[in-house]
Amino acid sequence: MPKILARERLVPNLHLIEVHAPEVAKKCRPGQFVIVMPEERGERIPLSIADWDAARGSVTSIVLVVGTTTRKLAALNPGDEVPVFVGPLGRPSEIAKFGTVVLAAGCFGIGALWPVARELKAAGNRVIALLDAKADYLVYWKDRYLSVCDKVLFSSRDYALGSNGFVPGPLEEILAAEAPVSRVIAVGCTYLMYASSRVTKPLGIKTIVSLNPIMVDGTGMCGACRCTAAGRTKFACVDGPDFDGHEVDWDELFLRRKSYFDDEIQSLCRYEEIELP
Amino acid sequence: MAEDEKKELTAEEKARLRTGFEQDWRKELRRALPVKERMKIGRRKMPERPADERNRDFREVNLGLTPEMAQEEARRCLDCANPRCVTGCPVSIDIPGFLKLIEAGRFLEAAWKLKETNSLPAICGRVCPQESQCEEVCSLKKAVGISVAIGNLERFAADFERGSGSLEIPPLPPPTGKKVGVIGAGPSGLTVAGDLAKLGHKVTIFEALHESGGVLIYGIPEFRLPKAILKAEVEYLKRLGVEIRTSFVVGLTATIEDLKAEGYQAFFIGSGAGLPNFMKIPGENLVGVYSANEYLTRVNLMRAYDFPAYDTPVFKASTAAVIGGGNVAMDSVRTAKRLGAKRAVIVYRRSSAEMPARIEEIHHAEEEGIEFQLLTTPLRYFGDEYGRLKAMECQKMELGEPDASGRRRPVPIPGSEYTMEVDLVVCAIGQSPNPIIPQTTPGLKVGNVEVDWTTMATSLPGVFAGGDIVRGGATVILAMGDARTAAAQIDKYLRR
Repeated sequence: MPKILARERLVPNLHLIEVHAPEVAKKCRPGQFVIVMPEERGERIPLSIADWDAARGSVTSIVLVVGTTTRKLAALNPGDEVPVFVGPLGRPSEIAKFGTVVLAAGCFGIGALWPVARELKAAGNRVIALLDAKADYLVYWKDRYLSVCDKVLFSSRDYALGSNGFVPGPLEEILAAEAPVSRVIAVGCTYLMYASSRVTKPLGIKTIVSLNPIMVDGTGMCGACRCTAAGRTKFACVDGPDFDGHEVDWDELFLRRKSYFDDEIQSLCRYEEIELP
Repeated sequence: MAEDEKKELTAEEKARLRTGFEQDWRKELRRALPVKERMKIGRRKMPERPADERNRDFREVNLGLTPEMAQEEARRCLDCANPRCVTGCPVSIDIPGFLKLIEAGRFLEAAWKLKETNSLPAICGRVCPQESQCEEVCSLKKAVGISVAIGNLERFAADFERGSGSLEIPPLPPPTGKKVGVIGAGPSGLTVAGDLAKLGHKVTIFEALHESGGVLIYGIPEFRLPKAILKAEVEYLKRLGVEIRTSFVVGLTATIEDLKAEGYQAFFIGSGAGLPNFMKIPGENLVGVYSANEYLTRVNLMRAYDFPAYDTPVFKASTAAVIGGGNVAMDSVRTAKRLGAKRAVIVYRRSSAEMPARIEEIHHAEEEGIEFQLLTTPLRYFGDEYGRLKAMECQKMELGEPDASGRRRPVPIPGSEYTMEVDLVVCAIGQSPNPIIPQTTPGLKVGNVEVDWTTMATSLPGVFAGGDIVRGGATVILAMGDARTAAAQIDKYLRR
């Protein structure tokens, strides 16, 4: 079974988890994901790939702690094993020379967009990153972005990073200041991706989002991850996870992501009250 | 499908049946009880748990024949000189051969006889549509109207062997040194692996999920096929030297090309019918509408019936509607009932005569209190303000002219629309082939992998395919039939 090589709390509630999975590491491309199951009775959930090291045979993901499964992942330690760590799944992000590309990243998306930033820069793009967090101490991997991006900007709600807004306002300013921008790539919570797409639509700037619906097998078999893009039902695991943000039916995605809200609360209460103590 | 099911036997198969038929002990049995007497014996009913007890849990419905019952049932077989039943079997099991061994009380030998041509008899005895295969063409059925219970006897012999603790592995030939990659640990993949291992090849199965079995683990519920049986079969394969690598998605974790570079010389693609079909009607993406694959995977593979002890949830419905009339639909609707649905309803657009499900499953469903709304099709689903399914609009149908499948085409009756309150819908209307391997293997056709049906060879040399990836959505036994053909051809290819 795949072994945990490292597990580290990067900032409150966000953990880095590095897993020994040499075959997966050999094949990773930016924008892909893995399906992980923390233990035998656990649930299979998708995690974006944030980094990989083929030589070390490892794959890294960033986990936001929200429910039972992510709590279980955050409790793992080096040497522990997970029964499932399968991938790399989904179609890789499109990497080409676009011109100026703006990356809007928040939460686990800061991790997920890191390989994209690196490869876009290597492909000859002017890369501008907008990293979003509620407060300055929730931003991680700033140095990584500074090392490859032409500009790194921040949006936060605490003024500490020079802004007090959520993504849309700062994004609009960047798009005006850096025009012409060829492409925006937004990865993070559903709301960040939705809000970014809403800003760019009237400007006609192509916007890619990495959708995050509930998945089970992650290989096209179950259809749990279906979402609507350009009026057609798509399976995010095999048709995505990248989609054109202007074509996504966001209302449907928001509702489908909440499918098991009550069950998640029940599961979490049970985990914290019965299993943890 | 008909041409696959009632096929011409090869000269070799005919000779094998003839040799068995002419053995002295078989002659003895035939003499001991004349055909007329045999025809008087009534079919033994499979013992099963009471309907109102079993529809609340996931334990197996059928209990299995006792040895006495099995011998009595086997006595009904007329031991025809020209057994038609064998022509109805996609893997040409020597049916009279194993039935007569049961009649003679040689149960272990009966199981071995089965295993000469079918590596998963305990599974096939449970899930094959016998009534439209071997049992349909049984001569006894022609004579007295009721066939020998071949499926029940197959199950009996296989269970007897497993229960006796003597799942023996046959003597294996010296290793050939050839490596074969099998993609998918479902019915076809397991069969190919078993056959090739027995021929001395080194076989590795690559399975995308974390447990082996394919549809046998994620699709078919415990109450129809206990997981312990599948586990025993998989263990048996491992003892034959087959290596199984789970959580390995060929096409993504490694492509066929990558595996070739690692020394695999031939491949079998048995990756199954991956992509569930939907009807493309309004409201299908509401919360509460599942594909059968997702619904059954959550319950079977992920054990959602035991939530929250297991972390994967599944909706528990008050009224569940399952769209479709096949085995997957029956499995889904009976699962919904077991998970506590007050009403669990099959919504099928044709009549009961056209239902593709096994007759036994339909009977069991009826006994368990499943409702059938036949000649009915959903038109749209309605949700509440949270996007949760609350009702469906249906339309009544009538049967018109036969369509391409030979079944009469359902035609909508105008003005017959009505609305039904439902809080769970499971769409069990079939599936399309999984796209991952066709997309990542240059030279393979996208969509159905095209094969030569006599050899199961694809357009790529050394790459064979079978089961639902080429058939779209068929049965376990047809997948196994493909697998047997492919295994023989792969062996030939490796020794060329």
